[in-house]
Amino acid sequence: MALTRVLEWLGRIYIWLLLAFLYLPIVIMALMSFNVSPFYQLPFEWTTRWYVALMGNDQLITATWNSIRIAVITTLISTVLGTAASLALYRYEFRGKKFLQALLFPPIAIPWLITGTAMLIFFFAIGIGRGLHAILLGHVALALPYVIVVVSARLQTFAPELEEAARSLGANQWQVTRRVTLPWIMPGVIAGGLFAFAVSFDQFVVSYFLSTPGQTTLPVEIYAAIRKGFTPEINAVSTVIIVVSMALMLLTARYFKFGGEK
Amino acid sequence: MAEVQVAGVSRSFGATKALDDVSIAFPDGGFYGLLGPSGSGKTTLLRMVAGFDFPDSGSIVIGGEGVERVPVEKRRIGMVFQNYALFPNMSVADNVAFGLSVRGEAKADIAREVQRALDLVQLGKLGARRPHQLSGGQRQRVALARAIVTKPRVLLLDEPLSALDKALRVDMQVELKRIQREVGITTIFVTHDQEEALTMADRIGILRDGRLVQEGPPEEIYDRPQSEFAATFLGDANILRGEATESGIRLADGTAIAATAGPKAGPGGKASCAVRPERIRIVSAADAAPSDGNMLRGRVSKRIFAGNSSTYFVDRSGETVKVLVRNDGSRKLSEGQDVVLCWSVESTILIQGL
Repeated sequence: MALTRVLEWLGRIYIWLLLAFLYLPIVIMALMSFNVSPFYQLPFEWTTRWYVALMGNDQLITATWNSIRIAVITTLISTVLGTAASLALYRYEFRGKKFLQALLFPPIAIPWLITGTAMLIFFFAIGIGRGLHAILLGHVALALPYVIVVVSARLQTFAPELEEAARSLGANQWQVTRRVTLPWIMPGVIAGGLFAFAVSFDQFVVSYFLSTPGQTTLPVEIYAAIRKGFTPEINAVSTVIIVVSMALMLLTARYFKFGGEK
Repeated sequence: MAEVQVAGVSRSFGATKALDDVSIAFPDGGFYGLLGPSGSGKTTLLRMVAGFDFPDSGSIVIGGEGVERVPVEKRRIGMVFQNYALFPNMSVADNVAFGLSVRGEAKADIAREVQRALDLVQLGKLGARRPHQLSGGQRQRVALARAIVTKPRVLLLDEPLSALDKALRVDMQVELKRIQREVGITTIFVTHDQEEALTMADRIGILRDGRLVQEGPPEEIYDRPQSEFAATFLGDANILRGEATESGIRLADGTAIAATAGPKAGPGGKASCAVRPERIRIVSAADAAPSDGNMLRGRVSKRIFAGNSSTYFVDRSGETVKVLVRNDGSRKLSEGQDVVLCWSVESTILIQGL
C-alpha cells in the first residue's frame, strides 16, 4: 500500500514538472510583457505600455494582419479542397488511387526547410516569385495533406449505407453530401481546418523563404525584429499569438475527443 | 404501386456470375420473398431493382417503365436496409421527412405525412427522439416509415429482420405483413431465413448460384418442389434416390416407392423423391398394419425432443430418414427400436431431371 502511495506521488510530481517545463518559459514571457523593465528586471511592476507600443508598431501590426489574413484564407481554401479530395478518395475507385493516397503522407514528414527551398526555386522558375501570394500558395500546399488525412480518418467511420439510403429517398449527389455526409464528417472538417490554420499561422520557415521585406508574416517579422534588437513589444505580440494558438489547439482537441461519440 | 418485371437479367463480377438470366414478375401489391443462401445473387437482384447496380443484360420494368439505366434517386423506390441506415444526425421525424424534404414539399404537408407514417408504424410519439435512443425494433419501424412515406412504387427490404432477436423477429413479421397489406405496396424482400419467407411472402423465388431455381406461392413450392435444392432449402425434406419406374422410383434395395405421377424421364433413369418429415407416420414394427401407401422399415437411431414435437432419426441400410411427430401424449418410441414408416402416395414428391 505504502509503495502505491509513493508511486502515486512520484507520478503527480512528474506531471507537474512536465507541465512546468512546457509552460514556464511561456508564462514568464507573458508576465514580462506586462513588466515595466524592458530588460527582465525585478521587482515586477505592472504596465500595459508594451501593448500600447505594439499598437504603434506599424510593421508588427501589418505583419500580424498579413498572418491572420493568410491563415484564414489558407484555412478556407485547404478545408474546402481537402474535404472535396477526401470525399472523392472515399467514394470513387480510379486508377492510381492507392498511389495518390500514399503520396499524401510524405509532405507531412519532409522538413519545411526543404519544402520552402523547393517552393522558392519552383515559384521563381515559373514566374510566381515571392510575396504574400506566394506565401498563401505555399501555406495551402502545406495544409492540404493535414486536412485530407484528418477528414479521411473521420470518413472511415461513416457507414456507406447512409448515402445509399439518402439516394433511395430521391436525394441527388449534392443533397446527399450536404445533408448526410457533411454533418457526419463535420468534426473532422473543423479539426482539419484548425490544423490548417495552425500550420499557416505558426509557419516560419516557408514564409521566410517566400516573403519580401514589405510583404511578410508575423513570425518572420518577429525574427527580423529580434535580429535588430530585442524589444518587449515582441513579448506582447507573442503573448497574443500564444493565447490565440492555444485556444485553437484546445478547440481542436475538443473536436477530436467528441468527434467519435455521435 | 406498380408491377415490377425483371426479364433475362444477368450480371457478372469478374469471373463470377452473380445473376444468370433471371426473369421474375413481381405482382402489383404483392409481398415477394427472394430466398437463397449467401452468394445466391438475391441481394444483387434487389440492388438492381433499387438502382444501386445495373444489369449487364436484360431489362427491369417498374410500372411499365424500363428503368435499367435509371439511377436510384430517380426510380421512386423505398428501401429498408439491413442495419436500417438511419441518419444519426437527425431526429426520428427528420429521418422520415428526408425523402419529402429533398423533393421540396411544403413544411406543413411534410409534417402531416410524417406523423401519418409514424402513426402507421406505431411510433407516433417518438418523432423527437434520436435514432441511437431507440431499440432495434423501433429503428426498424422508423426505417420502414421513412421508406414508405414518399409513396414509392415498390418497397425493397434487405434482410429486414436479421438484426433483431428471435422473439422480436416473430412480432415484426406479423407487423410488417400488416403494414404491407394496409399500404398495399408492391414489396420485395430478401432473406436467407426460410421461415421468414414462408410466414410473410405471398410468393417466393428461390435463387441458387445466380439462377432462379423455382418460384411460386409458398405452399406450392413447399408441396411441390421441383428440385432437391428447393425441397431441402424451403423446409425440411427426406430425399430418397433410386431408379425411375412407371409409378415412382425403386430404391437400391428393391423397395418400390409410389408417387402420384410417374417420371417423365421414363423408366430406367435416375430419379428421387422428397418426403416431408411431418408427413411420415412412425409405428413400432410389432404394431405395424398393412397400408396402401409407401412403407419403409428401419430402426430408431436418435430422438430429439423439441417441446411440442420430437424428431426421430430412423436408419435403414445406411440412410437416415427424419420423422417429425407431434408430442400428443401417445407412447414414445425408444432408440434402437425397430419401426415401420408409412406415408401416403400423395405425400411423395417426385423430382425429375437429376
